[in-house]
This record gives sequence, C-alpha cells and structure tokens, in this order.
Amino acid sequence: MAAAEVPHDEQAFLEYVQAGGQVEATDWIPDEYRAKLVKFIEMHANSELMGVLPEREWILRAPTLQRKLALTAKVQDEVGHAQLIYRVVEDLGKPREQCLADLVSGKSKFHNVFHYPTKTWGDIGVIAWLVDAAAIISQKALLKCSYAPYARIMKKICWEESFHILHGRDVILALVTGTPQQFELVQEALNRWWPPLMQFHGNPIPREEDPMWQWRIKSQGNEEARQQFLEGYVPQIWELGLTVPDPKLRRRDDGVWEYTEPDWAELMHVVTGHGPKTEERLAFRQRFLDQEQWVRDVLAA
Amino acid sequence: MSEEVWEVFRQERRGQPMEHAGSVVAPDADFAETWAREQYGRRGESVALWLVPRDAIRDVEDWADEFDLKYRRVDGYSIKARLKEARERASAGTG
Repeated sequence: MAAAEVPHDEQAFLEYVQAGGQVEATDWIPDEYRAKLVKFIEMHANSELMGVLPEREWILRAPTLQRKLALTAKVQDEVGHAQLIYRVVEDLGKPREQCLADLVSGKSKFHNVFHYPTKTWGDIGVIAWLVDAAAIISQKALLKCSYAPYARIMKKICWEESFHILHGRDVILALVTGTPQQFELVQEALNRWWPPLMQFHGNPIPREEDPMWQWRIKSQGNEEARQQFLEGYVPQIWELGLTVPDPKLRRRDDGVWEYTEPDWAELMHVVTGHGPKTEERLAFRQRFLDQEQWVRDVLAA
Repeated sequence: MSEEVWEVFRQERRGQPMEHAGSVVAPDADFAETWAREQYGRRGESVALWLVPRDAIRDVEDWADEFDLKYRRVDGYSIKARLKEARERASAGTG
C-alpha cells in the first residue's frame, strides 16, 4: 500500500497527526509543532539530567554494597536517557550546549519532583518506586508520540525504568518488613512526597485544550495519567499497611479516584525555579559544566 | 573537527531485524561506535549495532502511482456513495 505522505501545510499536518500519523526527523514539520516538540522534549531531557542529583546524594550512604551498585546503575541509566533525549532535541534544531545553558540559567524547566530534598534512605525508595511509576505512565503514553524518533527511544527508556521501579519497591519492602523505625522512615518519606506526586502530572485541563495533546505529542490528558497512577499504585501502597496522607482519597464505585485538590500554585512556584533545592542543584550542574568543559574542548578539537 | 549524524540500528536477538533505535553525533566512525555502544548496548540489550552516516542513506519516500493498481486492493473500491444512491433509487422505485 502506498505510504501516506506527510502534508506540507499546517492544517493538513495537524489533521494528519490527529489521525494517528507519525513523522520522521527528515520530514517537513510546521514551525509551531517544532517549537512545541523542542519545549516538551527538552524539559523531559532536563528532568532526566536533574533527576539524578537527589539520588546521587545517597550513593555514598547506601546501606549495602548491593544497594549502592543498583542505585549507581539507576543514576547511570537516567543520565543515559538524558543523552538520548537531548539528541532528539538537537536533531530538531536546538544545540545541546544551548539546552544546558538554558537549564542552568533557569530559562528552561524540569519536573517538580526533582526540586525537593532527599532527606532519608526512605526517600530513595519512594523516588525509585513512586516517582518512577508516575514518570513511566507519562513515558508509556509517549510510545505513541506523533514524532517517531522520540517515540522509538521511549522503548528503551521504558525498558530500563521498569527495573528502577522494581528496585524501588524492593527498597520499600525491605524497610516495611524491618523495624518499626524503618517502617516509620517510609511513612514519613511518603507523607512528604505525596503532594509533589499528586502535582506531577499537571493541572487537570481537558486534553482537548492541551497543545501537547492537540499535536499528539502526548497521547493522554493530565488527569487520565493521574487516575492511572492512583489506580495502579494506591492499592499497592495500602497493602503494605502504609497510609496515604490524604483523608479525601477514595475510589468511587465508578472507578474514579477522588482526592484533595493538589496545590497548583505550589507546582507553578516550584517549576519556575523556586523549589527548596532548585538553586543548589542548578549551581551544582553549572559547576560540573565548567569543570568538564575541557573534555568537550578536547573532543571538539 | 566536523561532526556528523550517525543513525543507529540495533538487533535485539540473532535472527531478528535490525531496528532503527536513534542517532548519535560524532566526528568519526570510532567515536560514533563509542557513543552507540554506551547508549544502545550498555545493558546487553543489543546483540549487534549498525552505524550509518545519515548522509549515506538513500531515502525513498515518493511512490509514483502512474499505473493505478488500486483495483487489486480493498481501498480501491469506494462504494459508499454509490450504495447510498442505489438504495435511494430502489426505495423511490418501490414507494
């Protein structure tokens, strides 16, 4: 059967992607679509790169050698994801150096959950299990992204994320089957992480109004993603005897989860560079960019 | 040194097709191999990689249809409008 051609006209292109059409790096794409792709994918890459910093802090403090190796592997994977994703952005026309400069200057964003501190080993379990679970829900939906090169690298990323979730769940299980203090460590971490987790998928605007959905960069709405997270993970949290710190949280008979309205003002405040750890982590990233400049210079020579 | 885009294809198991995985930017084939090994083979997820300079790819995307062969396929037959007309005629005839 003859291949459907990618239309060279913005309106026809929009209809093409809305009908499930995908495009390649070498195809013509509208400027507006390119700009949206760069914004979305760059934030994803930034999040992978910044997301390792909270975990990195615990590599040296991991309780066993096995945990230290697993956490190191996870950090290595996430940086690898950043490499793959920045390459897609680069191919769309924004150089990697510019992405990194915009990240450290605060011009571009990264996900809310990576602006918070990791206070205890319990945080490492909650991040690997629940933050990665929330992230994999978004990433699985990107397997159907209208921009095919991005959809394809997501296959590898999702494959690695599934090991991270299991690693996190294993950390949590070891703690909840340990001493009362260890159980309390998990509960306390969950209490702190729950609000950012509920904000993670964004405000519940109808997907029809979300430009990322209109261009079929995302294949699901924010609230759909959050509902999927609650449906998949709240029962797993409850079965361990843990409490989700939201008195309103309940599953209705029709399967929809009700919850306390997340603090959207906090989300906006945090992702615009005012999180508790934003400044410290960006300064850290800047320091390493400066420190490793000679490597890039040598390679470019 | 000028950099070049290399498309990376990977094979998951022997006998399976090489599938496009992504791309790397590198000044030469050796660097391209280093980046590709790191990004697509680190966890033993590939048994083989192919690295191809993007410029070396001959892209074939236009499919001329001078000899319209659609009659050999299901999508060559659009009967909806004619069927509607036929049904209308038939009901008008019996009415």
